[in-house]
Amino acid sequence: MVLQALFFYLFAGVAVASAFMVIAARNPVHSVLFLILCFFNAAGLFVLIGAEYLAMLLVVVYVGAVMVLFLFVVMMLDVDFAQMRQGVLQYLPIGALVGLIVLVELLMVVSGWVIAPQIVGEGAAPIPPAGEIQNIEAIGLLLYTHYIYFFQVAGLILLVAMVGAIVLTLRHKQGVRRQDISQQVARNPQTSIEVVKVKSGKGI
Amino acid sequence: MEIGLSHYLSLAAILFTIGIFGIFLNRKNVIVILMSIELLLLAVNINFVAFSVFLNDLVGQIFALMVLTVAAAEAAIGLAILVVYFRNRGSIAVEDINIMKG
Repeated sequence: MVLQALFFYLFAGVAVASAFMVIAARNPVHSVLFLILCFFNAAGLFVLIGAEYLAMLLVVVYVGAVMVLFLFVVMMLDVDFAQMRQGVLQYLPIGALVGLIVLVELLMVVSGWVIAPQIVGEGAAPIPPAGEIQNIEAIGLLLYTHYIYFFQVAGLILLVAMVGAIVLTLRHKQGVRRQDISQQVARNPQTSIEVVKVKSGKGI
Repeated sequence: MEIGLSHYLSLAAILFTIGIFGIFLNRKNVIVILMSIELLLLAVNINFVAFSVFLNDLVGQIFALMVLTVAAAEAAIGLAILVVYFRNRGSIAVEDINIMKG
């Protein structure tokens, strides 16, 4: 129990500190790297709490795909980031005020919260005991049966996002010769061979 | 001492607040705003997973999966819009984005 508390505070502390550095770092590349650290610590918390599949998903999907995407975009855009931070102090008081109010409200909700003991385990799908069946297997058994439409909608969302990103960023440069297969296939001898009558004694 | 539901909810509340604070603080930097949104969604996910485990109901983790999907789609589309905007304007200043209105 002591070890669990120790690791909780370790992961939570590093996660909060790196989340703060995400918004405070001067260089957006550092922000992205701190966000990666934050996600790793959140994954550690998920492992601690027993949601291994989501932890691995967080590492693979977030750190492996989304954060690398962020990193590429930050490095690709040639932007003057120092100029962007000019108005920071101007927004600091109102931001701090709103943040403080939200934090106090959320903590009041959390501290004033009592869960009726009889509803624990009465949900739609109780988690099987840890030794009996693994987390990923339990999720699979639930996701591919009761929540199959949900799963397909998630896939559809990702498909639409992929198509949207390609449509937005794909552009054909002018003046670049490309292969046009239909044009090639539609050629016939009449359009591709020209018979020229050459006068004797002269070239073409 | 026992690590309970309220510990995780407090952590999620702090992360959520940092995300909102980041949106206010970096009004000019749209990349950091997108990262702050990722932080907000991470806080929501921590809430879902914590409730799922402590209330012994697996559906919370399924819904966290959905949040993850939507967050990934949002990041991809947001960054694509950002790249197109940068290509057209040569900058990503947030205060200039309202020129896009019809």
